[in-house]
Amino acid sequence: MNKEVKMNVYRFDPNKDKEGKFQEFTVPVKEGMVVLDAVHYIENNMDPTLGVRWNCKAARCGSCAAEINGKPSLMCKTRVDSLGDKIHVAPMKAFPIVKDLVTDVSRNWEIARKIPEFTPKKGLKEPWQIAEIDVSRSREFRNCIECFLCQDVCHVIREHDKDYIGPRFMVKAASLDTHPLDSINRSKFLHEEGGAGYCNITKCCQSVCPEHIAITDNAIIPEKESIVDSYYDPVTMLFKKIRGKHGQ
Amino acid sequence: MTNENYKSIDTDLLIIGAGGSGLRAAVEAINSGVSVTILSKSLLGKAHTVMAEGGIAASLGDVDPEDNWKVHFKDTMVEGVYISDWRLVEKLAKEAPDRVYELERMGALFDRTPEKKIMQRAFGAHTYRRLCHVGDKTGLELLRTLEDKILHSSNVKIMDEVFVTKLIKKNDKVIGAVGLDMKTGEFIAINSKSTIIAGGGCGRIYEVTSNSWESTGDGIALAFDAGAELMDMEMMQFHPTGMVWPPGVRGLLVTEGVRGEGGLLYNTKGERFMLRYSPQKKELDARDVVARAIYNEIQEGRGTEHGGVLLDISYKGKDFIMKKLPGMYMQFKEFAGVDITKEKMEVGPTTHYFMGGIKVDTETNSTNVKGLFAVGEAAAGVHGANRLGGNSLADLLVFGKYVGINASAYAKTANLEKIPEAEIKDEIKRVSEFINPNGINPYSLTEKLRKTMSENVGIVRNEQNMQKALSVILDIKKEYKNIGVGGNLQYNPGLLQCLELHSMLEISELLVRGAIMRKESRGAHYRSDYPKKDKKWLKNIVFKKNEDKVESSTFLPPEMPPYLKEILPEETYE
Repeated sequence: MNKEVKMNVYRFDPNKDKEGKFQEFTVPVKEGMVVLDAVHYIENNMDPTLGVRWNCKAARCGSCAAEINGKPSLMCKTRVDSLGDKIHVAPMKAFPIVKDLVTDVSRNWEIARKIPEFTPKKGLKEPWQIAEIDVSRSREFRNCIECFLCQDVCHVIREHDKDYIGPRFMVKAASLDTHPLDSINRSKFLHEEGGAGYCNITKCCQSVCPEHIAITDNAIIPEKESIVDSYYDPVTMLFKKIRGKHGQ
Repeated sequence: MTNENYKSIDTDLLIIGAGGSGLRAAVEAINSGVSVTILSKSLLGKAHTVMAEGGIAASLGDVDPEDNWKVHFKDTMVEGVYISDWRLVEKLAKEAPDRVYELERMGALFDRTPEKKIMQRAFGAHTYRRLCHVGDKTGLELLRTLEDKILHSSNVKIMDEVFVTKLIKKNDKVIGAVGLDMKTGEFIAINSKSTIIAGGGCGRIYEVTSNSWESTGDGIALAFDAGAELMDMEMMQFHPTGMVWPPGVRGLLVTEGVRGEGGLLYNTKGERFMLRYSPQKKELDARDVVARAIYNEIQEGRGTEHGGVLLDISYKGKDFIMKKLPGMYMQFKEFAGVDITKEKMEVGPTTHYFMGGIKVDTETNSTNVKGLFAVGEAAAGVHGANRLGGNSLADLLVFGKYVGINASAYAKTANLEKIPEAEIKDEIKRVSEFINPNGINPYSLTEKLRKTMSENVGIVRNEQNMQKALSVILDIKKEYKNIGVGGNLQYNPGLLQCLELHSMLEISELLVRGAIMRKESRGAHYRSDYPKKDKKWLKNIVFKKNEDKVESSTFLPPEMPPYLKEILPEETYE
């Protein structure tokens, strides 16, 4: 193992800089060290003003999303010894920069507000009865820690912006749609407002998810199929009308 | 660098903290029709609540039908070693089941029993299987559910990454707060009729902790500085099982769910040592008991080279582990390169939860300061000398609802006062003065404090070490006057550390002072020089700031009514 690592950290202070640049720091390496440890070393010993967002340092809160050697990753989860002796850390590109490694992710809350919320079926007897097998379908999507790495890597958001809600919110919709007692169909929203059609299933989002959620396979594709069924298949439409959503 | 501009906001109710307790309070307040502003130091949805793993303690009796609120009451009082306020514990035990069902109706999806009820797991010192859970990510599901509810509500403003620097009072009533919006470097003055502190705990005053970055006790310190009484400050819980290796994740929580699901503890001699310390409850005894047992094993040379003991769940098989403890599997695999379906985990005690905090009225969750309320880990009284696993999530749901109702009702009767401009300018000046590139590095002082706390006021305490800690804390307080960082007000972690260190110092000092006063061992507070429990100390220690002086007193809740007394076994002393 190397004794030191060169950390190239993106610096940008809107109060004084016109554009950002990488600044190199030499950081001693400890066993098991992750990129966030190295960034903390810089912050604690070299430059306390280095802007970085973090919280749990356990890959459970999703605050410390960044692009490490070009790959959207969590700083708290990326081992320094997996990266060679030169490391570049940059903020997520799909979001406006605030300072240094920190980006403004508030657009995500605006999207979250638009997604039709959980709406239980009417007249359910309390306490609710739910089978474990029905819970397990939704579980994967509920592991999302909202790090927004999937939003960051999504080329639709990066290059075309605006109209697509992004992988995180396809997962959110799926987590609600697969709730066994939810009563509404989000296909209309995803199709007409959510821009689900823009996704062309390159699976980049799935490959960067730190929770290993099969975003494309298990959330986006079924949601797209559900849209197709709702909009273009008269038999399913009739079936749904009779039996409730998803024909279940 | 002074930035004299600020933004002014008017709100009926101000909630400081966007973890489980703050958001649960917000849901209730929104329902009651007042305007709500939520300020959060971290990004929305990142609060320490997401780290809660094991579950919510509520006596649904879905798995063990014998369970009921009385048993939950008894377990909580006994394990809190009789200094919890019974009035709060009664509410907790009685109302937790309804709060769980309510959360389910908001959209949370719990693990299920074969009978389609809510699955409940065993946890330390709970008589029955009581913890309603979502795998080992219960906190995440809880927080996400509440967050969703709030994002879909109107009449609520969420301002995240705002650090509140001061509560402002007029005629002894809190009329609002001043804070710094870290994203923009802009100051904010919030005029509020009623204010709730839901700012969480302070585990980061220790070196090894399971707590998130944000747990520096800011809410507790804000209240204290505003004249609020604090209670049980000596009561810090050390969780028996945190990760010990590699160093970067030292302290990271290994959920009690591992032991709840059958995990066994071994020392390096291969001995299942809990059989010796606790023949009845074994691995599932209360956290203080298991933490001290592990501490002893390590002290006596039966620990691993990294200073831990071994926890084994591998015998349960891969399928079981992946279903019940997927988060733990990933955590060990990715951080330590350990496959817990095949290998043992290396674990040791870690600073976990603050039982002490702001003293609240047991009916309304109000503090002794008018217009100020407190809830969650920032508040004291529910957990006494030792918190039971699962009771913190139950606490924030039950009392989050109470404080939401009561603080909103208060707001409806109170007038909105404007914070005087001069006070805002003074506060802006005070905070801006931390921007000083020649100041003492806040990180080195913080590190010194955390090291002192860990070395001298940890699981086993004594007079000499605590006096030493106190003198170091007082020294750091002197150095604090010359603290500073370069840069500017916008997203400056060094500046934030300057602000947080104030909270950490206030709390550490009171923790040590309380621990020195309590000359006995009770629950999480264990003193080698007073190893026994002493009936004289069947009471709570209370601190309050009067001008600049700290005053201490003791508190005893009113006598328990007979219907509760008969549930509870009488406390015994050696």
